[in-house]
Amino acid sequence: MTDKVDITALAKLARLEVGDAELKKLETEIPAILHFVETIQKANVDAHPSTSSGLKNVMRADENPHETGKYTKTLLDAAPAREGNRVAVKQVISRKK
Amino acid sequence: MDLSTLTITEARRALDAKEYSALDLTNAYLDAIAEKDGEIHAYLEVWADSAREEAKAADAVIARGESQPLTGIPIAVKDNMLIEGRIVSAASKILENYRASYDATVISKLKAQSAVFLGRTNMDEFALGSSTENSAYGPTKNPHDTSRVPGGTSGGSAAAVAAGMALAALGSDTGGSIRQPAALCGVVGLKPTYGAVSRSGLIAAASSLDQIGTLAKNVGDAKILFDAIRGHDGLDSTSLPDDATPEKAERKMIGVPREFLTNLNPEMRAEFKTTLQILKDKGYTLIDVALPSLQYALAVYYIINPAEVSTNLARLDGIRYGLSVPADVIGEVYSKTRAAGFGAETRRRILVGTFVLSSGYADAYYRKARSVRELIRADFEEAFESVDAIVMPTTPSPAFKLGEKNSDPVSLYLEDIFTVPVNLAGVPAISVPGGMVERDGKKLPVGFQIIGTWRGEDTLFKIAANVEL
Repeated sequence: MTDKVDITALAKLARLEVGDAELKKLETEIPAILHFVETIQKANVDAHPSTSSGLKNVMRADENPHETGKYTKTLLDAAPAREGNRVAVKQVISRKK
Repeated sequence: MDLSTLTITEARRALDAKEYSALDLTNAYLDAIAEKDGEIHAYLEVWADSAREEAKAADAVIARGESQPLTGIPIAVKDNMLIEGRIVSAASKILENYRASYDATVISKLKAQSAVFLGRTNMDEFALGSSTENSAYGPTKNPHDTSRVPGGTSGGSAAAVAAGMALAALGSDTGGSIRQPAALCGVVGLKPTYGAVSRSGLIAAASSLDQIGTLAKNVGDAKILFDAIRGHDGLDSTSLPDDATPEKAERKMIGVPREFLTNLNPEMRAEFKTTLQILKDKGYTLIDVALPSLQYALAVYYIINPAEVSTNLARLDGIRYGLSVPADVIGEVYSKTRAAGFGAETRRRILVGTFVLSSGYADAYYRKARSVRELIRADFEEAFESVDAIVMPTTPSPAFKLGEKNSDPVSLYLEDIFTVPVNLAGVPAISVPGGMVERDGKKLPVGFQIIGTWRGEDTLFKIAANVEL
């Protein structure tokens, strides 16, 4: 079922630049891995559909916030680029393209 | 003091009896690291100065007669647990200069006991691998044969304990990452029940599988360190409540999944049988257990793990912290930073994860894998109705050569066959030394794995202590 995997498209989805040499390698490795995991298709899961795991979301109550600015400096110091009290990023939406 | 045989229990006694100071003990370990780690490369960074300061502080606590089990005990920490102000890189280039902004809960707990942190240990990048060869900073060597891998991903932690370069260590186990290196290095490794130890401050790999645990020289030490770090934590939403589960009456029944072990090689089988005999001699009854869905465990694991890894690692994009490769547009900042910062296996997992979660394939891969995972969990549940524990080897073979499995990712994945089912089910398991097999004239340790029911750690420690004697 995975005869053809478009690695370039996957890499784009994953926000990952892949060079030509690596692309060639991945074009054999990724299908081999997918072929390996395809054995699960043989398993009969009627008794346990994925929706029956019994897992539940755990939320923390939205209360007792820490004082404003307590962690600001620490977090900003970790950022690769900053302008004043902001993390600096390249323009996200542009007119071009 | 002989570091090759020293245990936490013995060090505690000697420290409290003032036979030597915590500073003496720490200095002895720092000397051992200086002497041996050039060859083994268990550590990515050694914190000699702060370790000595912590040891002095521990000595003051001991002098006041207020010592706790880990006061002054020198411990190594896997490079994926945050210690405020220290670099924590997950052995990746993308976090090479990243300094933690807070303490992981396990670290806070150890600090509260005045433990000594010797340094951060090598690992497979982002805890992805089984040999520590995926570290961006070079592999760790197995202390029993330096041409071989120590296992992984907590290979640095296991090698440090095995070589007498730490009294005990913290590791994390997503699919065997504590138990497999423990087995290959001949030490004890505990993967607790999912949720038993807080993961707040652990750099996430696959969140439905990750669990912090302990590596130590013997079962008693693994338990002491586990007792220090376990417990509910509001900062980890998957953390289990503290209410004690009533200990089931021990039936002294142990399950052996013989059908799952049919392909085991003869030497590994012989060592496994020897350990089974020890348990029999101690009064345990061995019965066959069927775990039919375990045949799918590796496949399920290598869908769920990359799916969660690709999601967790999406946060590393060169914007908020870590490596950032400048580019003209933001999309290229992401893709170039990630290309420069992630190693080959990490990139493979991200791509496989992206595929199994992508529209059109998620049903056949990710959702199907989640369903099969429930079958595996149900297999364990059923088996534990009649046995206290299930045993199997920790790995299908002893430590392999560095580079031996580099060319084919799938061949390395097969090493995890006995360890991944445990993480998929969320049950606890411990690997204890289970004999030696010979390769190229060198004796190499192998592990005996004991798997318990959810929150059945105490039963594991009891059985493991019997194997160890």
